[in-house]
Amino acid sequence: MNQDADYACDTLILGIGNLLWADEGYGVRALERLHQGWRFRPGVRLLDGGTQGLYLLPYVENCRRLLIFDAVDYGLPPGTVKVVRDGDVPAFMGARKMSLHQTGFQEVLAVAGLRGWQPEAIVLIGVQPEVLEDYGGSLTATVKARLPEALALALEHLRAWDAGPEPRTTPPAERITLDALDLTPYETQRPSAAQACRLGDGRFLGGAA
Amino acid sequence: MAAYETQGFKLDNSGKRVVVDPVTRIEGHMRVEVNLDANNVIRNAVSTGTMWRGLEVILKGRDPRDAWAFTERICGVCTGTHALTSVRAVEDALAIKIPENANSIRNIMQLTLQAHDHLVHFYHLHALDWVDVVSALKADPKATSALAQSISPWPNSSPGYFRDVQNRLKKFVESGQLGPFMNGYWGNPAYKLPPEANLMAVTHYLEALDFQKDIVKIHTIYGGKNPHPNWLVGGVPCAINVHDTGAVGAVNMERLNLVSYIIDRTIEFIDQVYIPDLLAIASFYKGWTHGGGLSSKSVLSYGDIPDKANDYSAANLMLPRGAIINGDLTRVHEVDLRDPTQVQEFVDHSWFKYEGGNSVPGKGLHPWDGETVPHYELGKNAKGSKTNIQQIDEGGKYSWIKAPRWKGHAMEVGPLARYIIGYVQKKPEFKEPVDMVLKKLDLPLPALFSTLGRTAARGLEASWAAHKMRYFQDKLMANLKAGDLSTANIEKWEPSTWPAETKGVGFTEAPRGALGHWVRIKEGRIDNYQCVVPTTWNGSPRDSKGQIGAFEASLMNTPVAKADQPLEILRTLHSFDPCLACSTHVMAPDGAELTKVRVR
Repeated sequence: MNQDADYACDTLILGIGNLLWADEGYGVRALERLHQGWRFRPGVRLLDGGTQGLYLLPYVENCRRLLIFDAVDYGLPPGTVKVVRDGDVPAFMGARKMSLHQTGFQEVLAVAGLRGWQPEAIVLIGVQPEVLEDYGGSLTATVKARLPEALALALEHLRAWDAGPEPRTTPPAERITLDALDLTPYETQRPSAAQACRLGDGRFLGGAA
Repeated sequence: MAAYETQGFKLDNSGKRVVVDPVTRIEGHMRVEVNLDANNVIRNAVSTGTMWRGLEVILKGRDPRDAWAFTERICGVCTGTHALTSVRAVEDALAIKIPENANSIRNIMQLTLQAHDHLVHFYHLHALDWVDVVSALKADPKATSALAQSISPWPNSSPGYFRDVQNRLKKFVESGQLGPFMNGYWGNPAYKLPPEANLMAVTHYLEALDFQKDIVKIHTIYGGKNPHPNWLVGGVPCAINVHDTGAVGAVNMERLNLVSYIIDRTIEFIDQVYIPDLLAIASFYKGWTHGGGLSSKSVLSYGDIPDKANDYSAANLMLPRGAIINGDLTRVHEVDLRDPTQVQEFVDHSWFKYEGGNSVPGKGLHPWDGETVPHYELGKNAKGSKTNIQQIDEGGKYSWIKAPRWKGHAMEVGPLARYIIGYVQKKPEFKEPVDMVLKKLDLPLPALFSTLGRTAARGLEASWAAHKMRYFQDKLMANLKAGDLSTANIEKWEPSTWPAETKGVGFTEAPRGALGHWVRIKEGRIDNYQCVVPTTWNGSPRDSKGQIGAFEASLMNTPVAKADQPLEILRTLHSFDPCLACSTHVMAPDGAELTKVRVR
């Protein structure tokens, strides 16, 4: 039984990060927005990778081209969108300090390499986060404002890869994430700061005390 | 701290302090500090969760039917387990009964997670504490083949096969891109395997990676979506269609047969590769008897895998339920998660405060009445600053993990706890495999209470889980054939059918141990939500009586060959499969004044 068929695609568009940690949610939110606005030809898969490490391995090593959205600490001004390609990708994914999953995805790429995966292309559309230490928070206005730019860069690559993006005229039938995690309820139903501590970093908590 | 005695351990923090930070290679943030005596033996151990989480508080006011979707995002390791625990808690609160098919499918998903998680933990996260990858390059492929064939009928065992893997490994190591192998202390004297066993283990690591992707397909089939499966309060969100007509997107016979095929392969791989590897590796470490900690004293399991739907009594749970305390292996105590005097959380040494501040030392709260209010302060003997901790003071507050206690006792949870309880209850499914392992390795029963025992119990449980997947798949098929296609009960879906105020508890045995979610619902919304996760139990800090947690206890009296390469510490902590993303409520401090070891 060939099980890889279920994972196979020629282009994988992956959003990674933890959407519970403010700008850490950039990868998943960017993917969500791409999905809302665009359709692709068969063989192109959009995947909400979340913080899943090895679970993503089969998807990764069964694709020929990989496009990743992820928040990356490039040491640049917050909101800066930066594109990294191919062999440079793993190093950049390990650059972040506060991620819950950085080793996770870096390792996925390393293990895929060890197992003989030779992609034609990897592109990382990264953004420099502004705030990570805001548990239960959404993207900052700074990062949210750069989503169109990130999407435009992604679409440029996807067109070059012949992924056939076409603007949607009606909303997609299925969401990338779950209804409850959709950006609007996620933001509007958030408990107040008085009800729920939002700080993530011991240093900030220390400063507040 | 002066030297003192607790739970049978003599703690003494006068020796040289070693800091290991962080400890895990995956999700989460954890730091350990130990004191070594003149002979490099650990005489004091302090385990700290260095990250605030607070999932509980971001759920306040949300729809309880959505809670699982949030809990699934806590971390990337046991997503499904949190989701299952969450829907069970809400069903308990609202007295919702789920159909038999939903129970079978949930069990299959949970058992799939157990088998997958244990397998990945052993090969991907823990094996490198025992297996020297670089030494595998020196192995003779012919001798490796002979070794493999002597322990298992697994067909991938020719000299050419091992030579090929060795060549790939060589190329990989030479490329300088070590990836998953980056943090090994290659060449450390604590590694005992001959090169051939190392090569065999590395080869099987690669096969396990190949194989794990098949196992998780079960989650895609029954959960609809991967890698974040769908769950549903009232059942499972997957329609079943055994006649290949009708609902589009329903699980059909082809998919059901695929699940069945994957289950057979899972059983085969675990029994023919994982278990023989485990026994082979263990046979070289028989003399390393450290790491038992609380396992011979206090262990706890909530139980899981209900045979019949909606019956959460101990008799109906296939994974054992109960508590052992004070090292009394003749008695298993009953566990009641609703009893306000049994499970309680303490914050005397945690960076939280309870209503009324810290004026009441030793105040414990049952999770239904739990509070999650951060209060970050260092003990007076801590070194460094709040923003750059050099050395923790375990006499004060020192962790973002609360200290849960069962009737006042610190407990170990996880596969070893489950197997000890099952063993004491004389359940053949748990007792016989343990006796088999002890006999094969020619070891007495007390050898079970160790790091190796923990690692062995996990392997045995992976096998148990795989065989139980078969049981529930057969049960599901029989029920479907009898004409029952129901997978969800939506009678109480609408909040208008709910009481104005209610509370519930959901529990599972996650791969790492006992997991409970306690929820209070008011006017259709979440009023309070508390998770007590396995690593909260195991990674617990001290309490007001000075009792140490399972991680801390497990490190006591362990000799460390090289203080700057704390392989022994990592080996024992990794044997718990720690997952800190969900147990700690961020940042590891920088700086290196003491003997400080950074682990990637």
